[in-house]
Amino acid sequence: MSAATVQAAPPDALSRPEDHPKKRNILPYVLLAPGVLWLLIFFLIPIFTAISASVQTGSLDMGFKVTWNWANYSTTFSQYSTEVWHSLEYSVACTVICLALGYPLAYFIAFRGGRWKNLLMALVIAPAFTSFLIRTVAWETLLSDHGWITRVLMDLKVTNVMVHLGLLTNNHQLLNTPFSVIFGMVYNFLPFTVLPLYTSLEKIDPRLHEAGRDLFCSGFKTWRYITWPLSLPGVIAGTLLTFIPAVGDYVNAYMLGGPNTHVIGTVIENEALRDVFGYPIASAMGVILTAGTLLIVLGYVKKAGSEDLL
Amino acid sequence: MTTLDAVGDLRLTGLTKRFGSFTAVDNLDLTIPQGSFFALLGASGCGKTTTLRMVSGLEDPTAGRIYIGDTEVTSTKPYKRPVNTVFQNYALFPHLNIYDNVAFGLRRRGVKDVKKQVEDMLALVELGHLAKRKPSQLSGGQQQRVAVGRALINQPQVLLLDEPLGALDLKLRRQMQIELKRIQVEVGLTFVHVTHDQEEAMTMADTIAVMNAGRIEQLGSPEELYENPATTFVANFLGQSNLVVGTTVAKGDVIAVEAHGHRLTLPGARCQAPSDAVIVGVRPEKVSLLPADAETPSDQNVLTGGVVTDASFIGVSTQYLVKMPWGQELSVFEQNMGKEIFRPGSAVSLTWDPSQTFGLDGRQDIEAGADIDDEAAK
Repeated sequence: MSAATVQAAPPDALSRPEDHPKKRNILPYVLLAPGVLWLLIFFLIPIFTAISASVQTGSLDMGFKVTWNWANYSTTFSQYSTEVWHSLEYSVACTVICLALGYPLAYFIAFRGGRWKNLLMALVIAPAFTSFLIRTVAWETLLSDHGWITRVLMDLKVTNVMVHLGLLTNNHQLLNTPFSVIFGMVYNFLPFTVLPLYTSLEKIDPRLHEAGRDLFCSGFKTWRYITWPLSLPGVIAGTLLTFIPAVGDYVNAYMLGGPNTHVIGTVIENEALRDVFGYPIASAMGVILTAGTLLIVLGYVKKAGSEDLL
Repeated sequence: MTTLDAVGDLRLTGLTKRFGSFTAVDNLDLTIPQGSFFALLGASGCGKTTTLRMVSGLEDPTAGRIYIGDTEVTSTKPYKRPVNTVFQNYALFPHLNIYDNVAFGLRRRGVKDVKKQVEDMLALVELGHLAKRKPSQLSGGQQQRVAVGRALINQPQVLLLDEPLGALDLKLRRQMQIELKRIQVEVGLTFVHVTHDQEEAMTMADTIAVMNAGRIEQLGSPEELYENPATTFVANFLGQSNLVVGTTVAKGDVIAVEAHGHRLTLPGARCQAPSDAVIVGVRPEKVSLLPADAETPSDQNVLTGGVVTDASFIGVSTQYLVKMPWGQELSVFEQNMGKEIFRPGSAVSLTWDPSQTFGLDGRQDIEAGADIDDEAAK
């Protein structure tokens, strides 16, 4: 139970003054207090509430009681495995595409940007000045059946190819497909991939590239043996910053997707709005999402072998 | 892998590099013999580092050719040249430990079994015990030796050293000078060393090329450059010189020069002035001071009427500044042999052996290269 471990850690930290009874300096704890309080109210209590709700039964009218009803968990997997699977699929696809697009972009800005570096980075972040929701609504319009993108595709007569590739539905819809959902996620999360990538690439001393070229590295080998390993912390940070919000995202699936692209977030919302049995199952799914994400992230960081990161 | 027998001289012909309208290296012709320790000496911005970067391939020449032995490498990619560089700030790979840094070049060339070679190299640069450390855990001197080892292990035909000791403190620098010289003798490769430190160049190199404004002012052994500078720039940049403007009054095996009312003589072989306008030069340590009222020996060059303006006792010698009647300040280094020390204000005469005198073309600026001696590298 990963959630339980997280819970146990802070009280431990609080009890530490007892270890050094003679050196009591209260200031660090005073400074820590707002943060600890914030975590307590907005993280620990909600997660505890969610965990307890996930094993309750009842209804909004009758009230809920903890009955250790573990069936809420098995229901998630039996009834909603498709949605869980979608969440994973879309977020992994989104992360991979973000890396594939973001790495060359960050590389170009860091090493070729020259005096335009800051401006280019500002442009990468610029879309974030508009609300996430508004941007997604804008894409909903752009990708809609009568939007100009669909029309251009029709005029170019590439719709058949795209249907074949699974990028369009049979009735030539862009919207309501996994493609549009992943597209929206990539669009929204790309800056979170580019920022840490850029930071780690920008730190690399260009003289190391010269040293590489001097030591028998062609352009590709210089990247493979010098740039890539030195940018790994950025790759890992970028992956996490993209994957974690992506796996819980349901706005893109909701607005750009259709009935066939429901993700776990969509189900949680639907369940929570249902009055009978809804809350416990929604809670169980929330716990599964949190714990699952944590496990995947831990596994990834461990696999990436970055002891410098943790 | 290249073998040592297959090497040749490094030859630069008409090498030129322009950055916009600025000419960094100006039509350079230079042959660096195989196996020599060669120093390119000059102040910052004289084009020495640009020359080095063109040899390594990191900079493309605007014109001219580069040969190693009989092979032209002018447009060969840097990673295909039999040349390796020790960079100014070492540029060690921070993500690799010392062992992997040193093994880097061999591995990129597909050498499978690097263990023996890396261990030998680490032994040569005396770092075997630190093989598992990361570069950031090493001191400056140790990093410097890793950089040398990382370049040397590839057995380049030419090893380029770009101000390799610039980042070290004085004591460590002296130590590393001797160390580098030892390594060069041991491996017998051609070392081309770029520096702005004349003492460093003289300590290590067999041949020094003094560069100024993209050109080579003079090339020769340290002794040659010091004893017979060809220009006032070399005379002032490499050590200190007393330069006095005069006019030739008698020619032959011994040349006589009239300078500020004094008759000075010098060996004809050491005079490089094409006309009668001559600059008479003598190094400060060759000059002795006499009290103004003392008898001056007739077989010596004598300048009378000087007044000591500064005397610094520095142990092995006393360094004087002497103001001459015509306003020029000359310097004298008197060895500490128990002679009396002249106080500032003392009236003195300067004397030295005529054979220790050199003559330069009188149409030059006698101050050229005088005040950039100790300028930093960048």
